[in-house]
Order: sequence, then structure tokens, then C-alpha cells
Amino acid sequence: MIKLIGILVVAVGFGLRINTLVVVLAAGFATGWAAGLPLAQVVELFGRSFVENRYMTLPVVLMVPLIGLLERNGLQERAVALIKQARAATAGRVILLYALARQISVALGLNIGSSGGAHAGFVRPLVAPMAEAAAKTAGGGAGDLPEKTRELIRANAAAAENTGNFFGEDIFIAVGAILLMKGYFDGQKIEVNVMALALWGIPTAVIASLVLVWRTRALDRRIARGLAEANDRKTPGKLSEPRKENAP
Amino acid sequence: MTLLPLEVFYALIGAIFVGVAIRVALDPSHPRRRGSTAFWGLLGVITLGGKVLPASLVGYGLVILVVLAAARQVVPGREGSTSPEERARRAERLRNRLFGSALLVPGVAIVGALTLGRIQTGDFRLVDPKQAALIALGLGAVIATVAAWRMTGDRAVASVHEGGRLLQAIGWALILPQLLAALGGIFSAAGVDREVAGLVGSWLPVQYPFVASAAYCIGMALFTMCMGNAFAAFAAITGGAGLPFVVQMHHGNPAILGAVGMLSGYCGTLMTPMAANFNIVPAMLLELKDRNAVIKAQVPIGLAILTANVFIMYLTVYRF
Repeated sequence: MIKLIGILVVAVGFGLRINTLVVVLAAGFATGWAAGLPLAQVVELFGRSFVENRYMTLPVVLMVPLIGLLERNGLQERAVALIKQARAATAGRVILLYALARQISVALGLNIGSSGGAHAGFVRPLVAPMAEAAAKTAGGGAGDLPEKTRELIRANAAAAENTGNFFGEDIFIAVGAILLMKGYFDGQKIEVNVMALALWGIPTAVIASLVLVWRTRALDRRIARGLAEANDRKTPGKLSEPRKENAP
Repeated sequence: MTLLPLEVFYALIGAIFVGVAIRVALDPSHPRRRGSTAFWGLLGVITLGGKVLPASLVGYGLVILVVLAAARQVVPGREGSTSPEERARRAERLRNRLFGSALLVPGVAIVGALTLGRIQTGDFRLVDPKQAALIALGLGAVIATVAAWRMTGDRAVASVHEGGRLLQAIGWALILPQLLAALGGIFSAAGVDREVAGLVGSWLPVQYPFVASAAYCIGMALFTMCMGNAFAAFAAITGGAGLPFVVQMHHGNPAILGAVGMLSGYCGTLMTPMAANFNIVPAMLLELKDRNAVIKAQVPIGLAILTANVFIMYLTVYRF
């Protein structure tokens, strides 16, 4: 039981909003202590693992100089200009279209950004600005979006990217997850076919697509509500005027 | 012999970090000039020299990085980018060629992932087939960056400046994924996974097939939330709950167990700050005020898919 102290440290640390890096380091030291590992060995484990996992940071860091350069030259503005021509576009539909295209292409083995790289390559420069522009056009086009609405759209764009990516991935047989499962079952002397592993990912993938449809529709409704509230505040007395029938 | 090892790209990102450190050091308007210079410089050194430096030295370097972050020394600078008017003007000039550069990355990444691993003559091979996808992505980014210099007429220093600005917006969260992966490794070394699996088996009435398969799916999600990584959870929970109860006790199909189980783990990935490269780093990259905004948007998605998985598993694993 005492070995689970690391999980407790993480839960408490996140709950108290202590700097996440400090929480993770503390959880590592606490677990090492509980398992009787010497402090120096825990530091060494942290160091070795950090070096082995540099691949996690690689895509984002290699993408940002390019994306920053293109943004400086108007990439977001160009994406916005294009979406303004599409009359039927809403934030939810833009995000849904991207997420479904992402899910299908990943399922076919065409991965455009592993380890979160697509957030830097697509979501920040293209999907989020397009969705924001669509919301602005659908909401009448005048003025900026309220900050809350803008944050909501961006967060949902990132969420759709993750969902499309995760639940498309396991349908392609050469992907790490399938090979890891195959390796694990081989080690346990259990015969498992990689095709079967990939095929049985399809029902969940279909559910994930439907969930994306649901969430992006909900997003459009929340945006409409957010814009209506913002308009109410701008023109007091017009829409939010209290009824007067009961007044003396 | 491998002609293009992944280490080349690690050296490149290490150099980018050092470049950020130099820019911060030369920026008198930076609010935390010394601390931020130290953070990016040290990060550059341990990324560049990761393979030659002793692991314990890298570990102590990490402790310093964490202390700098906790002391609020790692903050973005005040340097701006081009003005909105300038951007609109440039967008009008370059038009859809801007997308061409952005799409060159996935283009090269996909073609490279399919071909790079196969190129070899005798003892020389171009890349390690296992790393082909990552190397192809890296090559795509480098090629597209060079193409973008030519297209925009901007100099290389402009991309270091803009890239540095975005990296500073992400800030210390950039090293969180690697640190969390290390924590996962320490959990495994200490035997935390076996402990959790034992608890599942001893507390739940797994003699009912529905309880056994549901416990496995939910266990995958919960344990992934703790570890931040479904791969790390897979061996622990499949060994601790999936194989003994679903496969051996109730004769379930192991392929379905694995496929739906792993995807249940991904539901957990959507709902945890421990999966920082998918959930926290993007929130910083999108310049959101709430670091957890992406996770909040993902909780309904994760719960809905997990619920569906529990039923997909129960309805199929004992039948096929």
C-alpha cells in the first residue's frame, strides 16, 4: 500500500495547484523512498528517462520555428479569409470536419503529427483561427468574440484533435499500440492476430466519431449562448429589460 | 551503421533551446532575464548532450530546471511579432502558398515514414525503421522551414525569434511530458502497477463476467490517468485484471480484450493532466488562461467513450 504514496502526492499536489513539475518530482522521490530506492538512484532514473523520452518533445519544438514564421507572414489571416467564404461554416463544423479527416487519415496510417505535433502544426495555426472566424461570421461578424467563447473554441479544437488522433490510431496495424499489445501477448504465450487487434478497434472508433458530432454541436449551441449574453451586456435595457406588468 | 540517427534531431532541438537562451540573455526588456536564460540554456545542454552526459548529471540538471520553474523564473518575454496590419498585407501577397509550406510537413512525414526505413545498402542504412516516422516528421519540418525562408524572404533568424516566442509561451510545461514519463518509470520500478492490480482483484466481485470486463476497462482508464500513458497501464492492468479474470476465469477473447482495453486507456488519457503533451502543452500553445481548459473539454468525451467501451467489451469479448 505504501508504494501508492506517489499517486497520493500527485492527487494532492494537483488539487492544491502546486507547480506541476514540483509535484511530479516529489511523487518520484516519495515513491522511491517507499520502495527503498536510494535517492541517487531516483535522480539517475529521472535523468535516464528524460533522455530516453526526448522524442516526446521533438515534434513540437521542430514545428514551432516554421509555424511562427508562417504566422508572422499571415497564415492565420489567410485561413480566416478562406473560411469567411464558406457560408455554412460554424466553429463546430470546422472542428468536426478536421477531427474526422484526422481520424480517418490516422486509421489509414497517415499520421500528420505524432506525440502532439499536430497541435503546433494544425490546431494553433489553422483549425482554431478558422473556427473562431466561423463563429464570428455566424454571430453577425461585428466585433471580437468574448474571451470566454474564444477560449472555449480553442480548447474544443485541441480536444477534437486528440480524440480524432487517439481513436483512429489503433485501426492501423503498424502503429505502436498494436505492436505493443502483440508483443505483450506473445510474452504471455497467448496467440493473437494483429488484424483482429486492429479490427476490434473499429466499434470504439465509430462511437468516438459520433461523440465528436455531439460535442461539436454542443459547442455551437454554447457559442450562440455566449454571443447572446455578450450582446445583452452591450445593449442593456433592450433585451434584458425586466418585465413591467407586475410593477405598481 | 545508421546514416541519419534520431540523435541529429535531438541536437537540433537542443541548439534551438540554446538559441532561445541567447535571445533571452540579449533582451533587456525580459522580465526574468537571468532565470529564463538559465532554464533554456540548461535545457539545451541536457537535450544536446543527453547521450554522453551521465544520467545522474542530467537528473540533477532536471532538479535545477524544476526549482527555476517553481521560483517563477521561467516566463515569456515581451518581444512582439509583426503587426496585424503587416500580417494581413503579407497574407494578401502570399495567399495559398502559405498553406503549401504548412502542408509540406505532413506530406514529407507520410512519404518518409513509408520509405525511409527501407533505404539501405550493405551495412549502411539511412534510418532505423523503428524511428522512421519521427525522423520523417523532423525532416518534413526542416525542409518546410527552408522552403518557407525562400517563399517569405524572411531570414533564418526570424524563425528562431518566432519559434522562441512560441516556446516561451509554452514555458516550463514543455519538459512536463518527459518528467511524467520518468515518473511512470519510477512507478514501474517500485512495483506500483502490481500493487494496483492486486487491489482490483481482491476488492471486486469478479466472478460476474460483466464486473470482470467492466473492472478491466475502468481500471485501464483510471490507471492511465495516474500514469499519464495507456501503454504503461496496459501491461499492469492486463496482467493484473484482464488476463486472470476476463480471459482465464471467463474465457474471453484476448484480441478484443486488448483492443478495447487499450482504447479505454485512451479515454483516461483525455481526462488527466499527467498526459501533458496532449493536454497541457496544447493549452499553453493556444495561449489559454486556464491550463486545464483542454481537459475540461475532453471529460465528457472520455466518459462517453469509456461507457460505450464497457458495453462493447461486455457484448463482444465473451461471444467471439
